[in-house]
Amino acid sequence: MQAAAPAKAPAHPALALEHISVTFISEGAARYTAIKDATLVVRPGEFVSVVGPTGCGKSTLLNVAAGLLAPSAGAVRVSGMPLAGLNRKAGYLFQSEALLPWRTAHDNVTAGLEFRGVEEGEAKRRAEDWLQRVGLRGHGHRYPHQLSGGMRKRVALAQTLILDPEIILMDEPFSALDIQTRQLMENELLELWSANRKSVIFITHDLEEAISLSDRVVVLSAGPESHPIGEFEIDLPRPRDVAEIRMTPRFIELHTRIWQTMKDEVLKGYEQQKNQ
Amino acid sequence: MNSKRISKSLRLWQVLMLAALFAFWHVATHPSLLPPIYFDNPNKAAFFFGQPLEVLGRIWAWFSSGSIYVHLWVTLMETALAFVIGTVSGLAVGLWLALSPTAAALFDPYIKAVNSMPRVILAPIFGVWFGLGMASKVALGVTLVFFIVFFNVYQGVREVSHTVLANARMLGASDRQLLRHVYIPSAMSWVFASLHNSVGLAFVGAVVGEYLGSSEGVGYLILQAEGTFDIDTVFAGILVLTAFALALDWTVTIVERRLMVWQPRSGETERI
Repeated sequence: MQAAAPAKAPAHPALALEHISVTFISEGAARYTAIKDATLVVRPGEFVSVVGPTGCGKSTLLNVAAGLLAPSAGAVRVSGMPLAGLNRKAGYLFQSEALLPWRTAHDNVTAGLEFRGVEEGEAKRRAEDWLQRVGLRGHGHRYPHQLSGGMRKRVALAQTLILDPEIILMDEPFSALDIQTRQLMENELLELWSANRKSVIFITHDLEEAISLSDRVVVLSAGPESHPIGEFEIDLPRPRDVAEIRMTPRFIELHTRIWQTMKDEVLKGYEQQKNQ
Repeated sequence: MNSKRISKSLRLWQVLMLAALFAFWHVATHPSLLPPIYFDNPNKAAFFFGQPLEVLGRIWAWFSSGSIYVHLWVTLMETALAFVIGTVSGLAVGLWLALSPTAAALFDPYIKAVNSMPRVILAPIFGVWFGLGMASKVALGVTLVFFIVFFNVYQGVREVSHTVLANARMLGASDRQLLRHVYIPSAMSWVFASLHNSVGLAFVGAVVGEYLGSSEGVGYLILQAEGTFDIDTVFAGILVLTAFALALDWTVTIVERRLMVWQPRSGETERI
């Protein structure tokens, strides 16, 4: 099952999804098993990308890791402890718009601190710091609808990272951005991440994005009953520039190898969508 | 600059139209300006439709003598009370039912029944229950306002974006914080969308209530004048009511702009 160097399991992985299955039941429709017997382990400080064809249940897997969705079978462990309810150690960066539209950028960034009862002056100071870090100094008074898509993503990034979560879950966070903004954001993400390495699960359907960001890439099979079909260690040197690293021979070699595994699944996923 | 000029000339045309309407009204109802075309008696047009100069004179007399103020005060107080009580109760019940599906399922048929009932017929009953003073008019206004706000809040809470909700939960919001920071702001945007309607209906409730039985208020003035076939005073009352309805609507617009800055307005291009 593992195509590259097998992951050596430390005593307590930051996050472990063990034999997860998710079956949705909806009235009048047949049961749909989105994920079947999927196991995914993330070491502390590791950046793992999960790639797979559209509709393969990548987001479902992430929602299970976040505790937003209870798996039908299997267990989630956070630092060795079984997860019940929401994953309090995780921050979640959503694919679609998730900012509170009635709060300014600044107030969106402080939201998590406010929920946790952090004193207002302290929250304000930290929010200013984070707005600056994501390049939005002086835009704190703007409402989400007054910001561009890229700026909204930065606010969302600051909103999640200000809470200093041990695990960061990202669900195709940059998929709605144009390619230039996207590469810019990817570089910024890497910079923020390398400052204090957290464990990351990064969901994407873009293999290049996955390779250029990650320590490890996990390929999921096409749904239904999606499960990991390959794991690849990415041994590209850091720090990386996501635009430049795509030109290196090692990147192309890795890309070719992973694509071999992924290709059939993508075609399968495409056929299924066409026949629906 | 250009749009400003257009809106200025638009305003001018609007005023001209009003003036033309009054001029037409004046000419058509004046006993000696036109020969009677439809009526056999030159005074009949004035009897049925009133005369604008007489109407304006009546309004002038009301305001210069100050006799209208007590009636206006009563009507506006009834409107304000009906609006506030209706909105607050609609908000509370809407939030409660939207967040507890069991209660919503239980009350559903009753809410539908009460909402589809023509509630104006309750006015006489309220008169019996609460007397002929302000309370019965407020009660009528509340029944009208409540349902508008209620349905909007109910809808608003159910249409909260799942992603926004999940995000707030992941950021650590407790159930109470979700209510305060997600559900209520989201519901409020729907309440504001219906604010023009609910203020208007609170006003309708007050005036209709007065009209059906009262001793004070603008509706009462109109009722009195109708009793003596004093069409000029009836029209004067209607004009005063219209002017105040417009003023209320305008106030709502201002409040809305103040509180809803976070909402994009159509055509707004304040991106960077």
